[in-house]
Amino acid sequence: MSELIEQISKCIERGKVDKVSPYPPDMRDQEGADELSARAIEEGLGADEILKACNSGMQNIGDRFGRGEVFVPELLMSARAMNAVMKHLKPFFQSGTVKAKGKFIIGTVAGDLHDIGKNLVSMVVEGNGWEVIDLGVDVKTNKFIETIKQHPDSMVGLSALLTTTMGNMANTVKEIKSLFPQTKVIVGGAPLTREAADQMGADGYARDPQGAVGFLNGMLYS
Amino acid sequence: MRSLLKSLKSGKVLISDGAWGTFLHEKGLKSGECPELWNISNRNAVLEIAKSYVAAGSDMILTNSFGGSPVKLNHYGLEDRAYELNKAAAEISREAAGNSCLVLGSIGPTGKVLMMEEVSESDMYDGFYLQAQALKAGGADAICVETMSAIDEASLAVRAAKKATNLEIICTFTFDKTKAGEYRTMMGVSPAEMVNTVKEAGADVIGTNCGNGFVNMIDIVKEIRNVDAYTPVLVHANAGIPVLVDGVSVFPDTPEFMASHIKELIDCGANIIGGCCGTTPAHIRAMVTEINKISQ
Repeated sequence: MSELIEQISKCIERGKVDKVSPYPPDMRDQEGADELSARAIEEGLGADEILKACNSGMQNIGDRFGRGEVFVPELLMSARAMNAVMKHLKPFFQSGTVKAKGKFIIGTVAGDLHDIGKNLVSMVVEGNGWEVIDLGVDVKTNKFIETIKQHPDSMVGLSALLTTTMGNMANTVKEIKSLFPQTKVIVGGAPLTREAADQMGADGYARDPQGAVGFLNGMLYS
Repeated sequence: MRSLLKSLKSGKVLISDGAWGTFLHEKGLKSGECPELWNISNRNAVLEIAKSYVAAGSDMILTNSFGGSPVKLNHYGLEDRAYELNKAAAEISREAAGNSCLVLGSIGPTGKVLMMEEVSESDMYDGFYLQAQALKAGGADAICVETMSAIDEASLAVRAAKKATNLEIICTFTFDKTKAGEYRTMMGVSPAEMVNTVKEAGADVIGTNCGNGFVNMIDIVKEIRNVDAYTPVLVHANAGIPVLVDGVSVFPDTPEFMASHIKELIDCGANIIGGCCGTTPAHIRAMVTEINKISQ
């Protein structure tokens, strides 16, 4: 790995977005993910190599989040740094030079307006090289169904924060699985447990964003 | 004037109320409906909930205004009615509470993250300010800023509520246990950090709510007491972690179970005890009975 790539990876892991960003304090006034990835492209480094740097940076912070060593703010800053890189990589995705691993449809279930967890998963999964179709919050089952019809090769993630919307989540899972038995559905959110996910008939349960990435990548090679 | 701090002076542990959100759903609130709109559209159902807690023996009840900040009401296109809905929430609880029971105006988080610039500090502050003002106008005796996880949002809410009302302010955070066995909010705040920051912002009572059941609450109160021996502590615990039964989430902790842990919670320093998600008037009644037994 070149030094530049290593630096990009470090910026992602530490959540250093760009030079003017004051966060994290110990990297103040240093170049961030934005400047470094622009320079990497200028210097002719491959987009896939830069993407790998993102992956490793996100993987590290995601693992630390999973272990309870860092929390939502750190992960959000990393996701922001990653978005800064993705802006520079977008043309390469559009031209087909780099290909996404696959498509992931995500949304917070009907009746639930909480998007922090869903956004985290969305950003981390995107950073791992997936194309994410984010349907937002309070997503009715029909909306999921329509989107799956448009993107039949995608996998689906459902999020819920409220204990009162777990029932809606179960219904959405059931309907998706009855119409598209082949489509993999993964669920997550504060009130959920693996047992509840199993009961709903979901294919997977993730307690944190890195868990969702692990599930998706696992499906890819299965 | 009714004062929570004065009521606590006698040293008696006070009992708060139980769940509102899960109770409203039982009364027919559909998911996706705005709970605060019920203060106008289904006033009687909300009043019944408030009354049922007063009847169960609560020393104080909350208001149906958890999601009543304009920032949150915006999702339903109701931000312009924030004052009306919050005032109505407090009026309903006041009507049920009469003169002897205290009314705590509930203010929950906006669901927006300040550090991601999803909302500006001034919009968030102004929203909390208006909400607190309306709750006081409707008859709230104190303001309860609850279920917080971010220190910046909680501080803003406490400051805004204090400035708007000059009432006594309670502030509670929701903690989870990390894999390493530490208690932190999802934003990474520890009980000790919470205590220092929200007291500085002007909170008179601190505490913890929601979370993963009664037993964790004991550890959290101990952590609070490690750094603060004097500030009154409020605990609103869930009735355990919900399990899905036939597609419906059910809370496992019974009134008897929760009442049986009260003494331990008091011994480690809690001053006000009540319930959060999944708790019912029966849970509150069992706690009241237990408290009376203990204080005899």
